[in-house]
Amino acid sequence: MPGRARAFSVVPPVLTPRALAAVRALVFTLAALPLALLIQRGVAGGLGANPVEEILRWLGTWTLVLLLVTLAVTPARRLTGWTWLVRLRRMLGLYSFFYANLHVVAFVWLDHWFDWTSILADILKRPYLTFGFVAFLLMVPLALTSTQAMVRKLGGRNWQRLHRSVYLIGVLGVLHYWFHKLAKNDLSDPMIYAAVLGVLLGARVLDAVSSRTRGQAFAADRNLQGSVDSPAKSSVTVSRRRTQ
Amino acid sequence: MLIHRSPGIASSEITPEGVFRRRRALLRVGAGGIALNCVPPILRAQTTNVAPLPSRPGSFSTMEKPTPAALVTSYCNFYEFGTEKDDPPRHAPQRLKTRPWTVRVDGEVKSPRTFDIEDLLKLAPMEERVYRLRCVEAWSAVVPWVGYPLAELVRRVEPTGKAKFVEFITLADPKQMPGLDSSVIDWPYTEGLRLDEALHPLTLLAFGMYGHVLPAQNGAPLRLVVPWKYGFKSAKSIVRIRFTDRPPATAWQKSNPSEYGFYSNVNPQRDHPRWSQKSERRLGEEIFSRRRPTLMFNGYADQVASLYAGMDLMKLY
Repeated sequence: MPGRARAFSVVPPVLTPRALAAVRALVFTLAALPLALLIQRGVAGGLGANPVEEILRWLGTWTLVLLLVTLAVTPARRLTGWTWLVRLRRMLGLYSFFYANLHVVAFVWLDHWFDWTSILADILKRPYLTFGFVAFLLMVPLALTSTQAMVRKLGGRNWQRLHRSVYLIGVLGVLHYWFHKLAKNDLSDPMIYAAVLGVLLGARVLDAVSSRTRGQAFAADRNLQGSVDSPAKSSVTVSRRRTQ
Repeated sequence: MLIHRSPGIASSEITPEGVFRRRRALLRVGAGGIALNCVPPILRAQTTNVAPLPSRPGSFSTMEKPTPAALVTSYCNFYEFGTEKDDPPRHAPQRLKTRPWTVRVDGEVKSPRTFDIEDLLKLAPMEERVYRLRCVEAWSAVVPWVGYPLAELVRRVEPTGKAKFVEFITLADPKQMPGLDSSVIDWPYTEGLRLDEALHPLTLLAFGMYGHVLPAQNGAPLRLVVPWKYGFKSAKSIVRIRFTDRPPATAWQKSNPSEYGFYSNVNPQRDHPRWSQKSERRLGEEIFSRRRPTLMFNGYADQVASLYAGMDLMKLY
């Protein structure tokens, strides 16, 4: 897609180490801002009439937002050709997990004061809590295997297979919010999250389908011509994309 | 951690609203300097209707400490103005026109009438009643309402022998209420009581709170207050009261029949399908405070339990 390349060619596909470090520092700071704002509001007494509810909502919202941003990295890279975006993905995913932890701690501590029996009963009985809890549990192995060493230990293919569960986590996260809001009979906000998730997952389906057809076309091409000139390049791209 | 529960508070100890508001104003200036874009809703809370509404102390008042007015006026469920808690304080004060205002009272009554709000204000002596308010969402508050028993109004229209229920129909004007765009509720919002519940001395027709006229976001110019039922039973901005021989369909029953019943009495034994009703969070308490246990009939069992004698309240919720 040469048109695409022109539109996004203002930014190079690969950044210099210094530029990448600067971008990572910026993203790190931005992702920490919601927590900083929450603390500032808490100290100023500005969390409103029901501060515990506000804390839970805020942390839950940012868990979901950062999860969706993490899921947006690959489609955004494909759209723009900026391969350096992948270098931000782990940090964004871990930030989502960080906010998820704070969300769970606020739930267990501030909201329920470690009343484990009622917490467990609620998780089993209330669908929105079941979805949220399972999503949180599924995040744990992904966070634990997020290091380079773990990627090597598991092997790229296994690691990738494990980390595909992030799609399920995204669905469960949106369901958690959806079922929570169902009581208010107002699904306008969860619908936005569901739509964004739908686009991000849909982009992957489209990409898988198109790379398969491209692969088939290439195979057919090869059988006919028996040559490996220009289509070979796209084949390399396809196989590299699959492993990323 | 030890939780100190105040045994009671003299009205002289309650911070005057003016002082409270000045403190809020100071906070607003401070917070504005720190972060202009994230001024918390509580500091943005506006009340345009701040005219005082004199009253004499009434019966049934709790000795519990009233929730600060700024919290009760900034954290509201009034879906006609939006479903978020800070939507009503943002939209209602500028949009809701409380004059002229009439209330049609008809149905199974001998003398149906249309009351003007000014006549309703003078219908009976105003009392201040400090009631607990328990929302179905498991939060609670203590509010000093100003009004008189609904029975005062009922008496004047003389219900017929066929009148068994009372329906409350509230304002639904798309020009004033942006929330009507969404189909959350089958507008207008309606509520209902059994006639004996409506006649109970605890049931209040409220015109004010905290010594002032009701702020728009809290249901101006008049609302119902039924303290032993979940807050949504206490209909806001009422325009019509209809006496019927059969139970009126209520807004929440219509929109979510599996989760809401007609009675909606506060009942810690009867969970909402999506959350427990055993405990509640009192507005205005600090972050590190525990939930408090919810009381049967919101603590008004001595007054109202007899209304439901012999009924299975797990089924008739």
